[in-house]
Amino acid sequence: MVQPRIRRRAFDTAAPSSTPIASPAVAPAVKLTGFVRQFGENRVIDGLDLSIAPGEFVALLGASGSGKTTLLRTLAGLDPIGDQDVTTPGARAVVFQDARLLPWKKVWRNVALGLKDKDVRARAEAALKEVGLGHRLDAWPSTLSGGESQRTALARALVREPGLLLLDEPFAALDALTRLKMHDLVLNLWSEHKPAVLLVTHDVDEAISLADRVLVLNKGKIAAEEHITLERPRAPDARFQAIRRRLLGHLGVEAPAPHEGALIAFPTGEAVQ
Amino acid sequence: MWELGSRLGFIPERVLAAPSTVAETFWALTASGELPANLLVSLARAAAGLAIALAVAVSLGLLAGLSRWGETVVDPLMQIKRTIPSLALTPLFIVWFGIGETPKIALIAVATTFPIYLNLFAGVRGIDVRLVEAARSFGLSGWSLVREVILPGALPSFFVGLRYALGVSVLVLVVAEQINAQAGLGHLINNARDFMRTDIIVVCLLVYALLGLSADALVRTLERRALAWRPSLVEQ
Repeated sequence: MVQPRIRRRAFDTAAPSSTPIASPAVAPAVKLTGFVRQFGENRVIDGLDLSIAPGEFVALLGASGSGKTTLLRTLAGLDPIGDQDVTTPGARAVVFQDARLLPWKKVWRNVALGLKDKDVRARAEAALKEVGLGHRLDAWPSTLSGGESQRTALARALVREPGLLLLDEPFAALDALTRLKMHDLVLNLWSEHKPAVLLVTHDVDEAISLADRVLVLNKGKIAAEEHITLERPRAPDARFQAIRRRLLGHLGVEAPAPHEGALIAFPTGEAVQ
Repeated sequence: MWELGSRLGFIPERVLAAPSTVAETFWALTASGELPANLLVSLARAAAGLAIALAVAVSLGLLAGLSRWGETVVDPLMQIKRTIPSLALTPLFIVWFGIGETPKIALIAVATTFPIYLNLFAGVRGIDVRLVEAARSFGLSGWSLVREVILPGALPSFFVGLRYALGVSVLVLVVAEQINAQAGLGHLINNARDFMRTDIIVVCLLVYALLGLSADALVRTLERRALAWRPSLVEQ
């Protein structure tokens, strides 16, 4: 599906910078070059380069305060970008950590929020059935469980057929079992609709089991990048564990494991190929 | 006790009528149509005052709640006026509007504007910004954001204000109707006072109480309908 693309500030960026994406022929769904976001003295994002291909599933890891949420809000269009160059698809949708359903609207009306066509009810219904909530159309959000709320939020995002799906730690508040079910659901929905996905998460295992590519954000820059080529569904085998060790090392959780494989580190924010 | 006291003559008729007398009077006044007619006049006054208050308070509350500019212009004025007891305006209103219907309705309107305004303003400002942000991320803005998110979110506070305003309207009604009323509950009470008919006075007091209670019940019903989405702390 071709999405309308919005270049929120069209100034000349003729020189194509080196991107980590395999096929440079396809225009990226998301592109940020040297992006800076500053709150007073504090540079939350400091010269960040990011490119996400259409249909690519990218996970973004980082400690608290590393700028993950700021980056996501920028891509969602919730924060001002000034005169910087930010390319995103026209249709974007966010799933927040707290589902943020409007408590005074029934579940299907929450999904239909902001849609303007005639048969919004039918579309909302179809989206809710897709996430397995066809039986809760007329429920009040306050009666939903945590998992159901997040599935509703997913339906609300997907009903817009987004070119970019932004997931802001959407499973962090769920119990382990529900989280695993949600992982499967997200992967199914992703392979069905093929939006570009940016998943912000604290959970290294979650990032590895879902994403095509895992980025580690540190001090407002991308500090490391890991392409995950394991076949889905991904079992926590030796290769999985090796990736996990490397990523944890970059997050400073364990002593850095010996460097191996496809890891590309950007210690200064510059790509070292 | 009251009945017994009256029967035995401990409570003279001109101090307080016996309950049985009050009941009889109530029945007689209702049957003659005097009470319903006067009640209707009073209700119409309260309704007119409340309608004006609603229009003014909702407009000002939204104006102040939704914009910094509106807050700067509207809120200080409202806060200053709020500190003046509305009933203290009675003499001024009589000078301005005479002793007809206008000062009565104006008093009710002024007194009930503040609780509605204050609560609506607080409700709009107290809205969960995360919900507003989510709605914005789904393309809502301007009036649709107000209609779908901000107004429903402020509704619980609005109802608190409305309930308070209804109570205040009955209170002000009592005072306003002391101003040369030709009809209404206040007129009935004034006449009764002149003839020392404590039974009629008690009937009117009871009707005032009933008015307050039914106003409260009305808002409760509205709330139950409009706020069905709210999980209640206490199961009904």
